[in-house]
Amino acid sequence: MLAFLARRLLATLPVLLVVSVIVFLMLRLTPGDPAAVLAGDAASTEHIEQIREQLGLNRPVPVQYVVWLGHLLSGDLGQSYYYKTEVTTLIGQRLEPTLSLAALTLVIAVALAVPLGVIAAWRHGGWLDRTLMAFSVLGFSIPVFVLAYLLIWFVSLELGWLPVQGYKRIAEGLGPWLRHLLLPAITLSIIYVALIARVTRASVLDTLGEDYIRTARAKGLPEPKVLLRHALANAAVPIVTVIGIGIALLIGGVVVTESVYAIPGLGRLTVDAVLARDFPTIQGVILFFSLVYVLVNLLVDMSYVFFDPRIRY
Amino acid sequence: MLPTNFEALSVEAASVQRQASAWQRVRDNTSVRIGAAVLAVLVAIALAAPWLGTVDPSLFDPASRDLKPLASGEITTLEGETLAHRFLMGSDSFGRDIYSRVIYGTRVSLLVGVCTALVALSIGVLFGLVSGFLRKVDAVLMRVMDGLMAIPAILIAIALVAMWKGSLLTVIVAIAIPEIPRVTRLVRSMVLTIREEPYVEAAVSLGTPQALILWRHVLPNTVAPLIVQGTFICASGILTEAILSFLGVGLPPDIPTWGNVMAEGRAQFNDHPHNIFFPGIFLAVTVLAVNILGDGLRDTLDPKMARRT
Amino acid sequence: MKLSRRTLNSLVVLAAGALAAPAALSQNNVLRVVPHSNLAILDPIWTTAYMSRNHGYMIYDTLFGTDENGKVKPQMVESWTVSPDNRLWTFRLRKGLEFHDGKPVTSEDVVASLQRWGKRDGMGSALMQFVQRMDTPDAATFRIFLGEACGFMLEALGKPSSNVPFIMPKRIAETDPFKQIEEHIGSGPFVFKRDEFKPGDKAVYTKFTKYVPRSEPPSGTTGGKVVHVDRVEWNLALRDAQAQVNALQKGEVDIIEALGFDHYDTVKKDPNLQLVKWSNLGLQYIARFNHLHKPFDNPKVRAAVLAAFTQEPFLRAQVGVKELYRNCYSMFYCNTPYGSTAGSEVQAKGNMKKAQEMLKAAGYDGTPIVVMKPTDLAAIQKLPDVAAQLLRQAGFKVDLMAMDWNSVLARRAKKDPPDKGGWHLFLTAWQAYDVSNPIANQMMDSRGEKSIWFGWATDDKLAELRNQFMRATEEPAKKKLADQIHARAYEIGTHVPLGEYDQPVAARKNISGFFVHNLNIYWNLKKN
Repeated sequence: MLAFLARRLLATLPVLLVVSVIVFLMLRLTPGDPAAVLAGDAASTEHIEQIREQLGLNRPVPVQYVVWLGHLLSGDLGQSYYYKTEVTTLIGQRLEPTLSLAALTLVIAVALAVPLGVIAAWRHGGWLDRTLMAFSVLGFSIPVFVLAYLLIWFVSLELGWLPVQGYKRIAEGLGPWLRHLLLPAITLSIIYVALIARVTRASVLDTLGEDYIRTARAKGLPEPKVLLRHALANAAVPIVTVIGIGIALLIGGVVVTESVYAIPGLGRLTVDAVLARDFPTIQGVILFFSLVYVLVNLLVDMSYVFFDPRIRY
Repeated sequence: MLPTNFEALSVEAASVQRQASAWQRVRDNTSVRIGAAVLAVLVAIALAAPWLGTVDPSLFDPASRDLKPLASGEITTLEGETLAHRFLMGSDSFGRDIYSRVIYGTRVSLLVGVCTALVALSIGVLFGLVSGFLRKVDAVLMRVMDGLMAIPAILIAIALVAMWKGSLLTVIVAIAIPEIPRVTRLVRSMVLTIREEPYVEAAVSLGTPQALILWRHVLPNTVAPLIVQGTFICASGILTEAILSFLGVGLPPDIPTWGNVMAEGRAQFNDHPHNIFFPGIFLAVTVLAVNILGDGLRDTLDPKMARRT
Repeated sequence: MKLSRRTLNSLVVLAAGALAAPAALSQNNVLRVVPHSNLAILDPIWTTAYMSRNHGYMIYDTLFGTDENGKVKPQMVESWTVSPDNRLWTFRLRKGLEFHDGKPVTSEDVVASLQRWGKRDGMGSALMQFVQRMDTPDAATFRIFLGEACGFMLEALGKPSSNVPFIMPKRIAETDPFKQIEEHIGSGPFVFKRDEFKPGDKAVYTKFTKYVPRSEPPSGTTGGKVVHVDRVEWNLALRDAQAQVNALQKGEVDIIEALGFDHYDTVKKDPNLQLVKWSNLGLQYIARFNHLHKPFDNPKVRAAVLAAFTQEPFLRAQVGVKELYRNCYSMFYCNTPYGSTAGSEVQAKGNMKKAQEMLKAAGYDGTPIVVMKPTDLAAIQKLPDVAAQLLRQAGFKVDLMAMDWNSVLARRAKKDPPDKGGWHLFLTAWQAYDVSNPIANQMMDSRGEKSIWFGWATDDKLAELRNQFMRATEEPAKKKLADQIHARAYEIGTHVPLGEYDQPVAARKNISGFFVHNLNIYWNLKKN
């Protein structure tokens, strides 16, 4: 097990290296001059050149990459061109809102989707199954921001139940934190619910066709027990897999949700950084997201051990 | 000579027979029917746009701004004339006709979706084939694909479009790039599997060139899963374009797309929801139709994959 | 595992405590503001961005200020004398001026700050051309020695808008003017809470209890800067216009600095909200030519554009609300001391037919006009579309290029030919103060490529008139020169003024203390 873990962790390094190269090149080879953006409204061409030199942008690209990589290996992601703060500080400040949003979304999504999927599989072919599956396709056909506007209008303005925008840090109280995060998390979870419900249904359907289910039923086991202890447990692997893959989807949704609900998270940071040609921040955040994606998938793979005793590392 | 030809012929005959019944299954599937029907209507709308009571979607008249749906107002033409016009879906904050923008927007959105899928599929197939056949290239290419998959697609798209000028080509490429790794993996795994098949081994030992093996044996087997994958890429492409426009890094605002209309109307959602409502419905229906079509195709063309999702 | 009753009870109490909102600051003494943009640069000398200027007004103080009628009045200065030949100015600072770190404000801090400002600001550097030297005979006195008489000393020192000559501690003011400052200590009415600043999220200012306000009532940037709240929070995360209004209506924020014109009626009708009147001068839209490349290097072609660009379509499309905009054919902004309309007939009496004829007569060769359009600045993003439509009607070919504002900023600095990364035309808005004075008005800097601002107009006659204005010390002479400058600017077509508008500001009804300053100022406000 430990050997497996070590091997997998080591395997993430080349992936991250590739990510760093891709992102670095992508930024340097496209037009868009951070120096001119930084110089601001009334700058002269000489001033812009000065800034380019200060930022090291006039050096050849491979040199810039090596320098950046060197700093990276000592934990230094550089300083944001735009905010004049360390990128690590910026990521640190924005981590809590995004993590909170993602975590709450995941909890809500799994809590809703898994039961829905199980019920749909159980009542396979019936009207409940069809309705649920139809709604799930709808769930990932509507863009996140349209859902957000609808929910804000209905829940916040018409009903007045929840705040319209903003994020409250956990340190300021769990109640306000939850109140502000609930609507954004629900908005974002809808896509995820759709996806997970479908996979759950398919996976449980698969297992329900297996022999041991027939045996369990023949033994006289009550249906809920059949569903939960045998079907779901065996169906867990694909479900957990899709959760891992869905992290990429989640990040995309987070970007839009943070924008509509004014949550100062990593998604917003990236969009602002891209518009401001803030190379160090863009590089730092994308690298961070990729690291998260890789680690989550590693966790998912490790969790298979719990769900399927046949899998051994 | 004869036995080999005979065997090849019989394999071909069997596959032709399989194809005939597959097509039949596709045609009869309800999801495929519904999805295809809706899409056919949308394509018809897109093609017939100029004759559906629309005006040039970029024309505006500040005097007609923010009109409610079904209101009457004026539009100024490029020559400077003023025409009377009924704004079926209302007007935006410039005074442009939302109905015209939504109808013409169908063209762009469908185009973006289809082109994204085509670009992602072509490049993905190319990479997948190369990767499957050339071991040395495989190692490097798959690491690059892994890396690409680790980066959130939306961030790549945003970065690429924001850095280059926002044009149709840029947006299509930017949305297609993150979809390539999945296609590549699919094709690559098919290549690797089929290479082990006895009839392929036989063909190789008889000196059949790689290209012919590719053409005769590998590609036909990839068509079904690729079509399914393609529809989902198309749906994702249409949605992503809307999100990019919403964030302000999509197609230039004068090109009418559903995403652009919604992006410009977002500031007035409470008072003038028609800006978001109408394009939103068209978007949801289109993506829904494509997804349903994809579902149906997957159920009929690739039953193995069907059970997985 | 079964929980004992006691454990359960304690858990419930803990949970209840955690879920209850902490009784931290009483919400009634925190002013929550939504500024018009993000605050990224904390150095108001390094950039002219209005956000940085507004940040500056929170934490710094100025030697002089400009009141609501445009008159310059002393702020940090107690008294001053001028020698008869106008060449020696002696200033005395007020008592009790202190920086946020406890150190007193001295004349050395003043001189260092003025020097840094003079290296970056247009009006400041114009002033420095006259200055031979500055010295500090004692801690409360500083003197400025001029090479020749200068007619705008006080206007420069009391300049209300970017760049404002804020006074900083000497050690900070000695930072290279082309690098951003690292510390943010001033002597103004608020203290910047650096530790609570989260870029892109929020900026926090607390009341500076040791600040000694003047006794006069506040007017513009003069008078007493009295603070009635404990804390001001700038919400930098709330950028969506509709979300801003929603938040204001629900009481989640107190003030929206830049209310979108689309929401003007909503706020007007809402009994819990008020439309704030803190400006008697508004803003001016302009279209700026690139004088370096054809066809706009030809004044006849520029004149054709002046004839085509009537102001009404621009204002209607961009502002829409009739009571918020007005036509004004003065480059210096109507109803200001120098607000002249001399020479404006080419535009005021222009029409499309005349424009078409003038363009033909000027020999336009069909070069497509590159017009830059920012996609993410709601305040000005409709103007380029109107410009493109009018240009097309006049007979021009137009290439309307959409890009984000940062790209516009980057591109407009380029002197390359428009088809190789340059530009022909861009549109923007200026606050009245920035255009109402011939020296402050950047568009009239006609020294060609040596001009500080973009567009690079070249005209020796105009440059000469401006020089004379800088040296004129008497008002009647200054007014006469201003008229001549104005007429010449229209004649050669430096740029096109596109009308004036007021930027609506929205606030909750329980906020009071608003006064006229034409900027974004947060002292004197009470939350009831």
